[in-house]
Amino acid sequence: MAETIIELRNITKCYEKDTAVIEGYNLEIKKGEFVTFLGPSGCGKTTILRMIGGFESPTSGEILLHGEDISKVPPNKRPINTVFQKYALFPHLNIYDNIAFGLKLKKRSKQEIDQKVKHALEVVDLEGFEQRHISTLSGGQQQRIAIARAIVNEPEILLLDEPLGALDYKMRKEMQLELKQMHEELGITFIFVTHDQEEALTMSDKIVVMADGRIQQAGTPEEIYDEPSNAFVADFIGESNIFNGVMTGERKVTFCDQEFVCVDDYPVGTKIEAVIRPEDAVLTKPEIGKLKGEVISSIFKGTYYEITVLHGKNEIVVQGQRDLPKGESVGINIEPDGIHVMPYDIAKNHFTGIIDDEMRLRFVDNSLKVDMTRIYPGAVLKDGLLYTGNGNYIATEGVKVDAYFNPADADLSDDPEAGTVQGHIVSIIYKGDHYSYIVRSKNEVDYYVNDEYLWNIGDYVSVVIPEDKIVYHVKS
Amino acid sequence: MRFSRKNLNIPYVLFLLLFVILPLLVVCYYALTDGQGQWTLQNFRNFFTNGKTLGTLLYSVVIALVTTVVCLLVAYPTAYLLAKGPFRRGGVLLVLLVMPMWINFTLRITAVKEILNVLEGNLAYHPFFNTIFCMTYDFLPFMIMPLYTSISKLDDQLWEAAQDLGARWWQVMWKVIIPMSMPGIISGVTMVFLPAMTNYVVLDMVYNSTYIMGSLIGSYFSAYDWHNGSMISVILLLLIFVISGLSSKVAGDQTEQRGGVTL
Repeated sequence: MAETIIELRNITKCYEKDTAVIEGYNLEIKKGEFVTFLGPSGCGKTTILRMIGGFESPTSGEILLHGEDISKVPPNKRPINTVFQKYALFPHLNIYDNIAFGLKLKKRSKQEIDQKVKHALEVVDLEGFEQRHISTLSGGQQQRIAIARAIVNEPEILLLDEPLGALDYKMRKEMQLELKQMHEELGITFIFVTHDQEEALTMSDKIVVMADGRIQQAGTPEEIYDEPSNAFVADFIGESNIFNGVMTGERKVTFCDQEFVCVDDYPVGTKIEAVIRPEDAVLTKPEIGKLKGEVISSIFKGTYYEITVLHGKNEIVVQGQRDLPKGESVGINIEPDGIHVMPYDIAKNHFTGIIDDEMRLRFVDNSLKVDMTRIYPGAVLKDGLLYTGNGNYIATEGVKVDAYFNPADADLSDDPEAGTVQGHIVSIIYKGDHYSYIVRSKNEVDYYVNDEYLWNIGDYVSVVIPEDKIVYHVKS
Repeated sequence: MRFSRKNLNIPYVLFLLLFVILPLLVVCYYALTDGQGQWTLQNFRNFFTNGKTLGTLLYSVVIALVTTVVCLLVAYPTAYLLAKGPFRRGGVLLVLLVMPMWINFTLRITAVKEILNVLEGNLAYHPFFNTIFCMTYDFLPFMIMPLYTSISKLDDQLWEAAQDLGARWWQVMWKVIIPMSMPGIISGVTMVFLPAMTNYVVLDMVYNSTYIMGSLIGSYFSAYDWHNGSMISVILLLLIFVISGLSSKVAGDQTEQRGGVTL
């Protein structure tokens, strides 16, 4: 196994007090690896990259390069070079001077600089461009010059901050392969940032999927694709069908009202999320299909048809070889290794509140008028005071109460007054017959809500939680 | 007659003819004639054969040059800090810096004079210093403005890119930021250097009795020698043409290099 070149230890970054963009970040990168940070915009991937480059320093934690902490070392003293998102070429210099910029600062001989610049231009396939001006280059060519300018310094690590974002589709495909080839030729560690999952899968040795300033999963492209560790990763990487289900036997799982054999094992009764990739669901005749349904759409995707089948209330997306008419009955079978089972995070939607002097339950985001007899079963309310069944007074003020609601019982509304709490939608995952949302309130509390209607990321919504569906539990 | 959009430029053309072209022609006529109305180049010859007038030209250039350099040295860091510094509202601070321009210029110089008077005791002992000081104070906003505009347009990533390639902060400044703000520097220099050559009111006010170009013209005119005075104006005008032609060429090259690059 190759040696570790850079290690991030317990990195936290806060721009303002109390709001961490990166939290408890740990990562090891091996020498010569092609590592990709993948995640939606605002997930903190660029921040991590900038910390490795030295443009930002972590609020706490260590960045170890060959075992030595470099988190306080300025960028000009790190053996790391960056290819910037908007290239950041120097428009007042020609291409030769742009590429030679770093070498000239290091006071290398004219001969050495000439030779290295020439070689770097060969690597990026732009031989003979030395005297051209930046403004005469196309976007793709500028991109290559930016890469040449970085690699000419022979860094130990090359950082690439969404370098292909500004290129058109075809150019991007080409550059992806070329970057991969360059990585193999140069043997330098590449750290690449992108929000394009396809790009990440194509290029990387290792993918670090990020969301919300945390690592969701780190692994090879195959691991990430085949064994996503949670619904976010499954949804973000490639197309997937995600269903809520439950374990109903040894290596048996039930979802969409059918029991399937699977390869993952969890205790019977465990609530799970099942991920099925469209290519793992096999279309069959309706008689022999475990799931049966009607085709509701069929879209040509170049090499296959993306066919959506309605089974009961659940939509299932599968890949088909031929076009199917709308309304056609089909069956679907799934092999055991095509079902990926993940335990459902049951720590969701648990909140702690305190009862105040008016018998309202105070939470971070709101306070609720709660029927105390539901918190204390068998208790009676008399003249505004609470008594047990046998007449003993219960002091309620200051008591901590745990409250839980099922995501399925709550709904979203665009009327701020209608709901119990308000916030912005930060995550949407489609689960066959409904969408699973995460609504984040302004106090950074996350509420998990299922809703059958489609909202957008960033929508300001209020979460309607029927009071009688909340389960209370006095904390001891 | 139908009214067309073309007719809209009539007022402008009239204004130009009446207040720019015509006076210029009058100045040229006076410069190239003698008292009898005969065409002559004598006035031109007078200027370049008289040691005193040439000395005045030299002194004007020195005053303007020193003023420009001091302005640049003060304005560049100021503009840089305003554009890229930690201030949330660099623009507001810029307005505060430029605001003294709204006060009448003689009033401002008088105020500065009083301060200098307190510091120096007698203004007459330091005529050159006082001239430069007041000129700098007067022209500083004209230097800061174009510098601010040109620096605030620079992409912050360029700084990071230079640092990334191994440059220390002063190397970034010298090799990237200053060359890239050249258009701002040139227009600032043009806006300070040329007026500084003729602004003799400042010299008068700080009791600097040496003549600069402006005072020379003034002295000819007050002696009713319209011809020689006009000739000096024409020479100054030519000088201005040459200098602004040169600087716009340099600035033009700079902007041309920038074309097509997203900044």
